[in-house]
Amino acid sequence: MSASPVYLDAATAAPLHPVARQALLAALDDGWADPARLYTQARRARQLLDAAREATAATLGVRPDELSFTPSGTTAAHSAVLGGLTGRRRVGATLVHSAIEHSAVLHAAETHVAGGGTATSVPVDRLGRVDLDAWSAAVGAPGVALAALIAASHEVGTVQPVGVAADACTAAGVPLYVDAAQVVGRAPVPEGWSVLTASAHKWGGPPGVGVLVVRKGTRWESPWPADERESGRTPGVLNLPAVVAAAAGLRAAAADASTEAARLAPLVDRIRARVAAEVPDVEVVGDPDHRLPHLVTFSCLYVDGEALLHALDRHGFAVSSGSSCTSSTLRPSHVLEAMGVLSHGNVRVSLHRETTEADVERFLAELPGIVAGLRAEAGVVGL
Amino acid sequence: MPEEVLDCRGQRCPLPVIAVARRLPDLPVGTVVRVLADDPAAAVDIPAWCRMRGQEFVGRLDGPDGPAYDIRRRH
Repeated sequence: MSASPVYLDAATAAPLHPVARQALLAALDDGWADPARLYTQARRARQLLDAAREATAATLGVRPDELSFTPSGTTAAHSAVLGGLTGRRRVGATLVHSAIEHSAVLHAAETHVAGGGTATSVPVDRLGRVDLDAWSAAVGAPGVALAALIAASHEVGTVQPVGVAADACTAAGVPLYVDAAQVVGRAPVPEGWSVLTASAHKWGGPPGVGVLVVRKGTRWESPWPADERESGRTPGVLNLPAVVAAAAGLRAAAADASTEAARLAPLVDRIRARVAAEVPDVEVVGDPDHRLPHLVTFSCLYVDGEALLHALDRHGFAVSSGSSCTSSTLRPSHVLEAMGVLSHGNVRVSLHRETTEADVERFLAELPGIVAGLRAEAGVVGL
Repeated sequence: MPEEVLDCRGQRCPLPVIAVARRLPDLPVGTVVRVLADDPAAAVDIPAWCRMRGQEFVGRLDGPDGPAYDIRRRH
């Protein structure tokens, strides 16, 4: 295939923003020292870290001392869940979460349950929206220490009713943790939460930087062995050049977010409409209206997801999939499962600032033939 | 009781769904087919196929043969 490759997996990792790249290179020269030490080089590193924290806090609308950087978005999510539960262990040992949280949240929940705690999973509807009646009942039950709700689904793009869910938490006196990985730098961050996390490589920062925000007054206690760094919230020396790049990338992404959303949302609408119209037996999933601006997911009946990913890759398209055959566990995506939608032949397309209309058009032009070819090979045409 | 059993154990999705889609049109309307499928994706994809195709998903049973899914041909 001679056409240039088209990267459509920003929800996994967005390409490094040029501003982040520039900041990363500068910080490699300036930010290598340990910011905790008391000499000139360390003071320079401390200044860079403080500036990164202030810029990131300003973008998120929080106080700098509420925000810690972590070695990844996954670590931030683990810290949010386990720290929120530890801080309220005298109140109870129940974690309430939606059925479609990121696996990092669900794995932290498993750790909690393995340690003797309990977890209540709240179902979603066919569009991937959390069941608010079930949510209110779950957070209102006795012994709930923490509730976790993803701001918008990383797999199907459905934006969750965080405001209403947060009101239920407030009424029950339960702190709310919001995983905002897919919205920070792209879409408005919801309100009403006590703990929030994000991940830099989702907004065009480098990999290996997460953000953990714990609002003042929240009962949160580090689940990790003691360490004085990052207000004691996350152990270990940070990758400071990456943190500096993440902060610069976020500021740039946030400045362009509404313009980019206005550009990408119609492209996603176009994908939703054209895929449904031009690929037979396809199910486009997720909420068509209350959704992320850059992400769309669909499943092709009778098509093997792994074969589809490889065929798209051969045509130059990088996408991801929630089909079981593409996961190391050979289980279908828990998000598609919770929604009750077709899980095989699944493709998630996620756009970013470098995605052009021509990229989307080429994808839409080639997809029907690729799916038809796989169906013909499998002998499933006309079923 | 099902009138027909499709043994799709050991097959990965979408193969169990394809097996149902191939077999169902040969059977009279009203027939119940039982699909034995141990791929976890079948639990999601068989009901989803029934919904997409307007066929009736009767239910899932877990017996000595592993998970089984009953489908009734509606049209």
